[in-house]
Amino acid sequence: MSKSAKIALGLALLAGLGTASVVLAQQRPAAPAPAATRAAPPAKVGLGREAHPAEVAAWDTDIRPDGQGLPPGRGTVKQGEEVYLQQCAACHGEFGEGAGRWPVLAGGRGSLASDNPEKTIGSFWPYLSTTFDYIRRAMPYGNAQSLSNDEVYALTAYLLHLNDVVKDDFELSRDNFTSIRLPNAGGFYDDDRETTERRFWQANPCMTNCRPEPRVTGRARVIDVTPDSRTGPRVE
Amino acid sequence: MSGPRTVSTFNRRGFLGAAGVGAASLGTAGLAASGTAFAAPAPDPVITEVQDWNRTLGDGVQARPYGKPSAFEKDVVRRDVEWLTASRESSVNFTPLHALDGIITPSGLCFERHHGGVAEIDPAKHRLMINGLVDKPMVFTLDDLKRFPGRVNRAYFLECAANSGMEWRGAQLNGCQFTHGMVHNVWYSGIPLKTLLDEAGLRGNAKWLLAEGADASGMTRSIPLDKALRDCLVVWGMNGEMLRPEQGYPLRLVVPGWEGNMWIKWLRRIEVGDQPWHHREETSKYTDLLADGRSRRFTFIMDAKSVVTNPSPQAPLRQKGPNVLTGLAWSGRGAIRRVDVSLDGGRNWRTARIDGPVMSMSLTRFYVDFDWDGREMMIQSRAMDETGYVQPTKDELRKVRGTNSIYHNNGIQTWLVRSNGETENVEIG
Repeated sequence: MSKSAKIALGLALLAGLGTASVVLAQQRPAAPAPAATRAAPPAKVGLGREAHPAEVAAWDTDIRPDGQGLPPGRGTVKQGEEVYLQQCAACHGEFGEGAGRWPVLAGGRGSLASDNPEKTIGSFWPYLSTTFDYIRRAMPYGNAQSLSNDEVYALTAYLLHLNDVVKDDFELSRDNFTSIRLPNAGGFYDDDRETTERRFWQANPCMTNCRPEPRVTGRARVIDVTPDSRTGPRVE
Repeated sequence: MSGPRTVSTFNRRGFLGAAGVGAASLGTAGLAASGTAFAAPAPDPVITEVQDWNRTLGDGVQARPYGKPSAFEKDVVRRDVEWLTASRESSVNFTPLHALDGIITPSGLCFERHHGGVAEIDPAKHRLMINGLVDKPMVFTLDDLKRFPGRVNRAYFLECAANSGMEWRGAQLNGCQFTHGMVHNVWYSGIPLKTLLDEAGLRGNAKWLLAEGADASGMTRSIPLDKALRDCLVVWGMNGEMLRPEQGYPLRLVVPGWEGNMWIKWLRRIEVGDQPWHHREETSKYTDLLADGRSRRFTFIMDAKSVVTNPSPQAPLRQKGPNVLTGLAWSGRGAIRRVDVSLDGGRNWRTARIDGPVMSMSLTRFYVDFDWDGREMMIQSRAMDETGYVQPTKDELRKVRGTNSIYHNNGIQTWLVRSNGETENVEIG
């Protein structure tokens, strides 16, 4: 029996008790239990309410790579630079290079296959929509959702410029947004572990004499970055 | 549930013999644990003298309206590693796995991972919205949710995708709390996400969901609809009480077996769509860079993994003679079928004894009772799940992935137990 059918049956049982409880009074009239042989749409419990369009508009700010969700607005690289210097540079550096340990936003192009990859918007991120969406929903850090849509367009334009994707006279708007392609757009593919790591599925892993005598090749103690625990266990 | 109880008794002599570390025979006089077989040379004062707690009254019943652990357990706490992250509010701390037993993680010790600090939410002001490709966009209060039929209780592990991520290039942190402590296992109470999706009514082209949190990070993740309908939960309860604020009070998403980032805390919205959103946490983060410069995305499942929690660097061996080796195993692909343990760095293996419930996508506890004669050991554990997946070594993983993928490090851990009992995080070759 499907879960929805179970729910309907449960309601029918409750109703059958004839207790006329407050709970039942608050339910919408229970639909007759669907015949087991017929596929019926899931029964509604009748809890919750319809969302007001203004409520959906207030919370549904997400944007997809195809531009779905982009609000009206526009902003230039120049305007973005102004906002960036006031709101962002303290953490991310004047040119997106990152201050201290804060995230680097620009540079690193061509470093992904190197020993020390630098993953920035320009070198790593696949879609521009993510930049707009994330800035609008979560930045500046500690004062999220404080930027206007035009400011977010301008900041996004400035970040494109810092990453050498557009020139300094560029203006980004809802109309030209999806024409921008980031350098690493083709750099991702869906999880393929079940194919490329197929060898990790094995019915009878080795139990005896599985490898040559092991020797220690690395020790965390030597690196010595574990936080001190003065009250923790001691040996020796 | 049908637990695979492979081996229940352990031949101590055979175990060490198979380990082949040396020829010293067990059970010689020098190895006997102190005081187990002889009368004490002097009387023990904690027995012969009346102690304070034998004489005076302790606290009354309401001195501790919400009880805490004994003051003597003050070291059993979550810890963080400051150099890992730029700020405390977008950071992580670690469950003290070395000090716990069984499979349930105490609520106050469950590791924390926030991206915008702990949102402190008045439950009366919390709402859950469902919108997008539904017949009717809806808003639910917490009271609404608690009135839905079909409430469920389930135990699942939640493992951060970055658990053990600092260890990709070698042994870095000395303690299973730090190398493996971004995991916890909790009994959740709530309702299936499907219940709410049914209530809103899914449109025919619905394929993906976007789950969104109410905190300042605006955490969002895209989730395939089939996973949501299969076993995702919307929960308010953990370990019998309401969620802790740092675990998403008053509402969190449970995504069994999948990377912890997707378990959106302070859950406020589910949007239904026909394709994924490719948001920051599934493009910039939680994608796995491989050696050729390309990256896997949507690596949702946490593969089979295990770690010996005792002995471990924070829980060294203190006595020769009888000892209990114990640890945890888990798999996002289903139930743990078997755990093997090696004392000689993976040359020889014996199957551990599993005790307690063996549940799908839940932590599973294993034990090996053994005698230790003071010989150096290289302890490893190797988990196997019901799909036949066998936990790989770190070298095997690096062969496929290189060393820059950050996430999903489920490689076999090695602890070097030295002859004085001190235990170290090492890599072996």
